[in-house]
Amino acid sequence: MLVEAGHFALALALGLSLIQFVVPLWGARANDPVLMAVAPTSALAVLGCLAFSFLALTFAYVSSDFSVLNVLQNSHSAKPLIYKISGVWGNHEGSMLLWVLILALFGGVVAVSRNTIPMRLQANTLAVQAAVTIAFLLFILTTSNPFTRVVPAPAEGQDLNPLLQDPGLAIHPPLLYIGYVGFSISFAFACAALIDGRIDAVWARIVRPWTLGAWAFLTLGIAMGSYWAYYELGWGGWWFWDPVENASLMPWLAGTALMHSTVVMEKRDALKVWTILLAILTFSLSLLGTFLVRSGVLTSVHSFAVDPERGTFILGILILFIGGSLALFAWRAPMLRQGGLFAPVSREGALVLNNLFLATACATVFIGTLYPLALEVLTGEKISVGAPFFNFTFLPLIVPLLLLLPLGQTLAWKRGNFLGTAQRLYAVFGLSLVATVAMFAFTYDGPVAAPIGVGLGVYLILGSLNEIVTRSWSKGNSLAVAWRKASGLPRSAWGTSIAHAGVGLTVIGIAATAWGVEGLGTLKTGERLKAGAYEARLERVVPRVEANYREDAATLTIFRNGQELGTVDSMKRLYVTRGMPTTEAGIMTVGLGQVYASLGEIQPDGSVGVMLYHKPLVLLIWLGSVVMAAGGALSLTDRRLRIGAPVRAKVGPAAPVPAE
Amino acid sequence: MVIWIILLAMTAAAVMAVLWPLSRHYAVGRQGDPDTQFYREQMAEIERDQARGVLLPSEAEAAKAEAGRRLLRATGMQGEAFAAVGEPALRRRRAASTLALSVIPILALATYEIYGSPQLLAEPPGVQMQQRAGSLDLMSAVAQIESHLAQNPQDGRGWEVIAPVYLRMGRAEDAARAYEAAIRYLGPEANRLANYGEVLVLAKDGLVSAQAQAAFEEALKLEPALPKPRFYLARAAAQDGHADKARAAYAELLSASPADAPWTEAVKQELAALGEPQPAAGQQGEPQIGADDIARMVSGLANRLEAQGGTADEWARLMRSYAVLGQRDKAVAAAQRARQALSQDDAALKTIDTMAQELKLTDAQP
Repeated sequence: MLVEAGHFALALALGLSLIQFVVPLWGARANDPVLMAVAPTSALAVLGCLAFSFLALTFAYVSSDFSVLNVLQNSHSAKPLIYKISGVWGNHEGSMLLWVLILALFGGVVAVSRNTIPMRLQANTLAVQAAVTIAFLLFILTTSNPFTRVVPAPAEGQDLNPLLQDPGLAIHPPLLYIGYVGFSISFAFACAALIDGRIDAVWARIVRPWTLGAWAFLTLGIAMGSYWAYYELGWGGWWFWDPVENASLMPWLAGTALMHSTVVMEKRDALKVWTILLAILTFSLSLLGTFLVRSGVLTSVHSFAVDPERGTFILGILILFIGGSLALFAWRAPMLRQGGLFAPVSREGALVLNNLFLATACATVFIGTLYPLALEVLTGEKISVGAPFFNFTFLPLIVPLLLLLPLGQTLAWKRGNFLGTAQRLYAVFGLSLVATVAMFAFTYDGPVAAPIGVGLGVYLILGSLNEIVTRSWSKGNSLAVAWRKASGLPRSAWGTSIAHAGVGLTVIGIAATAWGVEGLGTLKTGERLKAGAYEARLERVVPRVEANYREDAATLTIFRNGQELGTVDSMKRLYVTRGMPTTEAGIMTVGLGQVYASLGEIQPDGSVGVMLYHKPLVLLIWLGSVVMAAGGALSLTDRRLRIGAPVRAKVGPAAPVPAE
Repeated sequence: MVIWIILLAMTAAAVMAVLWPLSRHYAVGRQGDPDTQFYREQMAEIERDQARGVLLPSEAEAAKAEAGRRLLRATGMQGEAFAAVGEPALRRRRAASTLALSVIPILALATYEIYGSPQLLAEPPGVQMQQRAGSLDLMSAVAQIESHLAQNPQDGRGWEVIAPVYLRMGRAEDAARAYEAAIRYLGPEANRLANYGEVLVLAKDGLVSAQAQAAFEEALKLEPALPKPRFYLARAAAQDGHADKARAAYAELLSASPADAPWTEAVKQELAALGEPQPAAGQQGEPQIGADDIARMVSGLANRLEAQGGTADEWARLMRSYAVLGQRDKAVAAAQRARQALSQDDAALKTIDTMAQELKLTDAQP
C-alpha cells in the first residue's frame, strides 16, 4: 500500500515539475511576480513528493517486501540493515530515484533562499531545473521503474551484488550524486542567465557557493570510490583509469576549472562567456558520466544496467540538454557585455592558464575514455586505452599546472609582477629543493620519480602556506600581530590555501606509491612471506558461515624487521545467493602507510596464495582529497563579498587585454 | 478505500502548492534591484576591510573606484517594473490556475494508471504479513537445520531434508551440495541420485552437465523405469546434438508413462521444441501417434540397443513394441539379441524371459 502511494507520488512529481517548468518561465517573460512565485512552492512540492517516494522504497527494502521487483532483485531478508538501506541505491532503478531526489533537493534549497537570489533568476533557474527533473522522471517511470510489482511475492530475494555490500559503497553513491547533481544548479543558473540575457558579478556570486559545494562533495565521492576500489577489489591499486572512474573525473576537472573562473568573474566581472560555457560543459560531463555508467555501454562493475532501451533514452536526454543549452549559448553569448580588463601577468591571467590546463586535461581524459567506444561502434574493433596513455598525456598537463599553482596564488589581481612574485616564493623553492635532494640521498637506489613527486608535493604545501604567511607577517612585526592579521584574513583565503595544500598531500601520496614493495607466495600455516621490511606469517585459515555469505578467513601476523606488529584478517568470501566470490583485503595502517594482504586461491592441500604489499604514505592520497574538500567547505562558510583590489602598475602600464 | 483518500489528499496538496502563490496579493516594490544592492554592499565591505587594516588605503581606493564604476553601470541598466496588477495579470493567474488544476491530477493519474499496480491497493495488509511470517518461519527453520548440520555433518537425513528447501530458496548450488552429502552418508538410491542430478541441472540453468548425466545414469542403473533420469538423459542427448536419439527417448518415456503422469506435459513440450509434430492427446487421453512414428521410434530404440546395448527393461520394451506392431519375428530376434547382450546378468535374463512368456514368444525360448 505504501509502495503504491510512493509510486503515485512519483507520478505527481512529474505533473508538478511540468508546472514548475512552464509557469515560472512564462512569468519571467511576462515579468509577472505572481507567476514567478509558483517556482519555489512547486519546487518544494516536487521535493516533498520525491522524498516520500524514496522513503516508500526504503521502507519496502527495510521490511523486505519482495512483492516489489526491485527489492526482490537486490535484497535478501538475511542482509544487515545498513545494506538493506544502501541497497535502495545499490541498483540502477533506486540510484536513479536518488539522482532525481538530490536534484529536487537542490531545487528546494534554491527555492528557500529567496533573499539571496533575485526573483527572476530564481524563477528561470527553477524552470530549467524542472526540465531536467521531467526528463529523468520520464526515464524512471518508463524504463527503470523501481516500483514494479511481482504477484505473488516470492519468499526470498536475490541479494545485493556482494561487491556493493560494503560501508564504503553505502555512502559513495550519495556523495558522488550530490556532486554530479550539484553541478546541475550551476547549469540551471547558466541557462537562466542566458534566457534572461543578464550575466554579471552578481550572478557569479550567487553561483559560486553551489559550484563549491558540488565540487567538495564530488571530491569526497571520488576519493571514497577510489578507496573502495583499493580495499575491495583486492589488487591494491587506487586508480585504474577505468571509464567509470573517468566519468567522474571529467566533471571534477571541468568543475575545478569552473570554480576558479567563477572567482575571476565575481571579483573582476571578466571571463563571463567562458564561465557560462564551463557551467554548461561541467553538467554535460555529469550527464555523460551518468550515461556511461547507466546505459551499460561499458562493461565494468558499475554497469548493472545492460539495457539498450535505457541507453537510448539517456542518450536522448544527453542530446536534448547539451544540444539545447549549447544552442542557447550560441544564440545569447554574443550579446554579453565584455567585462573587466587585465594584464596577462596577473591573478586573472594565472587563473586563465589554470582553466586552459584543466580543460585540456579534461579533454585528454574525454578522448581516452570515449575514443575506444567510438572506435568499437564504427569499426567493431576493440582497443583498450589504459594507464600508459593517461600517464603520457594527463601527467604532462597536470605537472606544469601544479608548478604554476603557488605562483598564481601569489600574483596580484589585474596587474601582477612576475619577478616580484617569484621572489616571494624563493624560500618555498629552496625548501622544496632541499626536501627533494634529501629524499634522493635517503633513498639513493630507489625509484627516481618518487623524490621528485614528493618534492613537488612539498612545494605545493609550502607555497600554499606561504600565501597566508606573506599576507599576515612582514619583517619587524611581532608574531602576535601576524596571528591577528592571519585570523583576520577572509575564510576564503584560508580555504584556498588549505585546498591547495590538500593537492600537495595527494601528490605526495601518489609519488610515494613508487616506493611500494610487494611479495607473492603460496603459504602453508606457519610459513612467512616478505615484502620489503615487512613480513607476514600465516597463522590459520578458518572457514566461517555468516547470514548471507561464507568465507575462508586467513589470519596473518605482520612483522616489521622481525618485530611483531599485530595481526590482520584477510578473507575470501562467497555470497551464496548469487554464488559470487569476493576478496576482503586485510589492511594494517602503520603511520600514513599501509600493509595490505590479499588472498589468492586456496589450494586443496590447505596452502593459500597470499599477496602482501607495503604501501608507504598511501593514506595521503585520500587524506589529501579530504583536506581539499575541507578547504572548499571552509571557503563556503565565507559569506563576505569578494572584491578585486587592483594594484597600480609600478613600472610602466602593462597593456591590458580583454577578458575574453 | 483509505488508500484512495490518501492519494486524493496527496493530489490536493500538490495542486494547492501551485494555487497558493497564485492566490496571494503581491506587494509592489518588495524587492529592490539586486545588482545595485550588491555593489553598494561591496563598497561598504571595502571600507570595513580598510578600517580593519586588511587592505592598504591605496588598494581600497582602487577597489572602491572599480566597484563604483560597476554600480553606475548597474543603475543604468535597471529593468522595467514588475507587472503584477491589472487585467492581463489577472487573466494570466486564471490560466495558470486552470493549468495546475488540470495538468497535475490528470498527468499523475494517467501515469499511475499506466505504470502503477492499482489492483494491489485493495490488498488487505494481512496477506503480506502472513506471507512474511511464513518466510520468517522458513528462514529460522533453515537456520536451525544448518546449525544442526554444522555440528553433525554426517547426518545424511538432515542433508536430504534441507536440499529441496535450498532449491526453493533459489540456492541450487547449496541444494546440490546437500544432496551430495546425503548420497555420501545415506548411500546411493535411485530417487536421491535423480534429485541430485536435477539440482545440478537447475544450478546450470538447465544444462545437463557430465556430472549430472553420470548421476542420472547411476540412478537408472538402480531403477531403470524411473522417469526423471530418463527425461533429463533425453535432454542431454538433445543438448549433445543427437536430436533423433532425444526424440526416441522422449517418445519412449511418453509411451511408458501413464497418460496422466505429471511429466507428460513437459515431455511433450520438449518433443515439440525438437521440431517433432507434437503427439496430440486423444479423447481418452491416449497419445495418437501414427504408425510411422511408432515404427521410427521403435527402430530408433532398436538401433540404439544394437549399437550401445541397454538395460533389460529397454530390451523388454523393444520386444513388446515389435509385438504390438505385429512383427513377431522381429520380437523374437530382439529377445535373442537381448539374451546375448545380457548373458552375464541373471536378473536381466529373467526379465527377458518373463516378457517373452508374456508375449507368448514360445519360439524365442532358448
